[in-house]
Amino acid sequence: MLAPGVSGRVITWCLALAVLLVGTVIGSAMLGSVRIDPLTVSKAVLNLTGFVAYDVPSAHQTIIADVRLPRIALAAIVGFALAAAGTVMQGFFRNPLADPSIIGVSTGAAAGAVAAIAFPALVPFSSVHIPAFVGAVGTAFFVYAVATEGGRTPVATLLLAGVAIQAFLGAVISYMLVHSGESLREAVVWMMGHLHRSSWNDVTFALPVTLVGVAILGAYTREMNVLLLGEEDAHHLGVDVERTKLLLLALASIVTAAGVAVAGVIGFVGLIVPHIMRLVVGPDHRILLPTSALAGASFLVATDTIARLDVLPLPFGLEVGTPIVPVGIVTAALGAPFFLYLLTKREVHAL
Amino acid sequence: MIDPFGRHDDDDDDEGDSPRGITDASSGIEPATLDVENVSLSFGDLTVLEDVSVTIDPGEFVGLVGPNGAGKTTLLRTISGAIEPDAGSVTVDGVDVHEVPSRDSSRLVAVVPQDTTLSFSFPVRDVVEMGRHPHRSRFSPPTPDDRDAVDRALERTRTASLADRPIDEVSGGQRQRVVLARAIAQATPALLLDEPTASLDINHAIETLELVRELVEDGRTAVAAIHDLDLAARYCDRLVMVADEGVRSVGSPAEVLTSEALADAFDANATVVPNPVTGTETVTALPDAGDELASLEPGSVDSPTSNEADTGGGRDSAHRGRDGTAGASRLEGDGGRIPGDDRLEVHVFGTGTTAAGVLARLETAAENSRADLSVSVGPVTPGIVTETAARFAVEVVDTQPHAPISNDERERVERRVRDADVTVLADPVLDSGGCVLETLAAVDPETLVVTDRRPLEERDFVGPETSTRYEWYAERAVEATPETVLEGVTRALESATGRGSGAIARENRASTGSDN
Repeated sequence: MLAPGVSGRVITWCLALAVLLVGTVIGSAMLGSVRIDPLTVSKAVLNLTGFVAYDVPSAHQTIIADVRLPRIALAAIVGFALAAAGTVMQGFFRNPLADPSIIGVSTGAAAGAVAAIAFPALVPFSSVHIPAFVGAVGTAFFVYAVATEGGRTPVATLLLAGVAIQAFLGAVISYMLVHSGESLREAVVWMMGHLHRSSWNDVTFALPVTLVGVAILGAYTREMNVLLLGEEDAHHLGVDVERTKLLLLALASIVTAAGVAVAGVIGFVGLIVPHIMRLVVGPDHRILLPTSALAGASFLVATDTIARLDVLPLPFGLEVGTPIVPVGIVTAALGAPFFLYLLTKREVHAL
Repeated sequence: MIDPFGRHDDDDDDEGDSPRGITDASSGIEPATLDVENVSLSFGDLTVLEDVSVTIDPGEFVGLVGPNGAGKTTLLRTISGAIEPDAGSVTVDGVDVHEVPSRDSSRLVAVVPQDTTLSFSFPVRDVVEMGRHPHRSRFSPPTPDDRDAVDRALERTRTASLADRPIDEVSGGQRQRVVLARAIAQATPALLLDEPTASLDINHAIETLELVRELVEDGRTAVAAIHDLDLAARYCDRLVMVADEGVRSVGSPAEVLTSEALADAFDANATVVPNPVTGTETVTALPDAGDELASLEPGSVDSPTSNEADTGGGRDSAHRGRDGTAGASRLEGDGGRIPGDDRLEVHVFGTGTTAAGVLARLETAAENSRADLSVSVGPVTPGIVTETAARFAVEVVDTQPHAPISNDERERVERRVRDADVTVLADPVLDSGGCVLETLAAVDPETLVVTDRRPLEERDFVGPETSTRYEWYAERAVEATPETVLEGVTRALESATGRGSGAIARENRASTGSDN
């Protein structure tokens, strides 16, 4: 599938970023109200696989396995999903402002989740995952259907239809929030993007969808490259443009929906991670997609660590007090200035 | 090739390394026939193509020419399968490109678009490799054939040295070659190019077309929309002129590029003459003739005409009197006058490109307005002037090089000059054997137009005295250039008639009448 030079670069980059991810995960699992040393963390994590049984204090094992790791794993999965979907959307729309929710996926998820939270009687699901997921995917396909005419889906129409639907759903969400009464706080926190109270249950919901989705997207990286030349050129180069567009859009939306359904609307991961990786590895999706996904995973694990700690330890024994907030606040608060920095310093003007 | 469908079925299940793939990659390509049948297409209410049919034979390089917005690009996009026609079909090698998946059509037709959005820093090699996309399967790495095809395409287009450079950092000319390399790597029997030279300097334009020409020689069918008519005439086997929603004419460059067709399709006033270097058609567009001739409305010189008609009444004076206005109005295509009677006669003395230009300009104007104009030229030795004259069926008094003019030739020149309403000087050579000055003696200087471009010293092989004599005429003549000769002729006619017709010219005419 890849030229030798390209596959070599892919392997090198992916290995490096996988090591970074493992490091971030272990580092994150160490931190919290109880400090645990990295060796113990590693052992506790390996114990989970069932192949080995290291001797780890049971309290530590519980903290790692049942409290910290589900949340870290979920952060990694959601970051992976959003960054991968963001890469696809930016390439697909050939627009640097595109992010995974550009066609209303996140707003749809939020509408579904808020409906489930505010009106549990009307939307009878035990968790908000299903309504959020259905809302997300449903919105994406509605937007696609609206923008499709005569078998063709112009990208610009898709984008504008997405904007319109997002505005409409925004109104619906506001209405529901106004009438949500007791559950207002829960709904608002959900919409800010959150990873607290994560369970292995969330992981089992998001992981398969994300992995399968990104794997299929990975098989279409060459088409994504060719699509960067424009739809007509892509057609002349043997890409079935409309079918490929539908497939990419569907997969990216489903992957995004899987992430958003469990973690709420976490902004900026899907926007800035692909941009940063594009600056580093170039526009070739064969490298960009896997590296963005891995970098997104590390990014969200790291930001969520900041979000869940009340005291952030720094090197040389320094400590910074940080409020415990939903992770969406941290990604946006850190991501936006960093993005602005890139915008002024380097060329993020184009894809 | 006999069973194109069979061939594509073979390709469908390929893993990129089927035997067919190997032959494809090693340029064992058979050129394809392109068949456009009754294609109609409209964008909303705007009809772009109306019942267009054209067949392009295997191994031909066909140029699509025509004015902006005539539908050249649309026709190309329809052939490539990018847009589906409302009616009709396009087949390449017997395969309807609109019926098969793009993967199959892209193995038949490669396209070099006018403007590729390549603002991404892909290395040049990767861009060329994209041309192999239709030949590769999703999961297998590139086969040696794929790599060979890419390497050869890079070499062929002399972009191998750029292979690792990012595409957005190479120049426009290089970028065009890279896109061409991509199309070569695609290894298709048909190649479509949309304005391949539009943004290139002349050197790169020629290089690009030379390369396309080579590809055609190697066994490809190529169709290119080309704006530059000279280049189209020079490189294409046949031209298809697209205008007014359809194919106006198809044929060799000489057949398609006529000044009449250009006037019709482009609404342009252009002359077509052979290029002295390549021998192919060269089109020179000129300012609109209508504007120049507008200065001579029949009404503006009405009085002399009516005066003559009133006072003379005789055939000669009536003829004479109407001459100026008649000639000009004939140039404007104002019908309703008796042909022959109103024939405007112009004689040209001259040599080289100046005289050739004058002839081409006069004849083009006459063709376009269907004016009754008779042009003669001489004495001239065989060369560009006689070639141009032959092209436009201009009467020539040709002489042998390095020999004095014969009596017979001299008489023919004198007769033509006597008959002429206007005589044009276009760099005539003054030598002892010639007859220019002698003949000019019989011409009313008012009816002379001078379009000289070469300095007289270079043309005068006799002496200062002849130069002085020539200058005497030149100073009294209406000044013009080969491009504006029409205007000059009109002005000369005007001044001659405005004075109630030159006495000398009238005498000439009278004696001509008696001679005949």
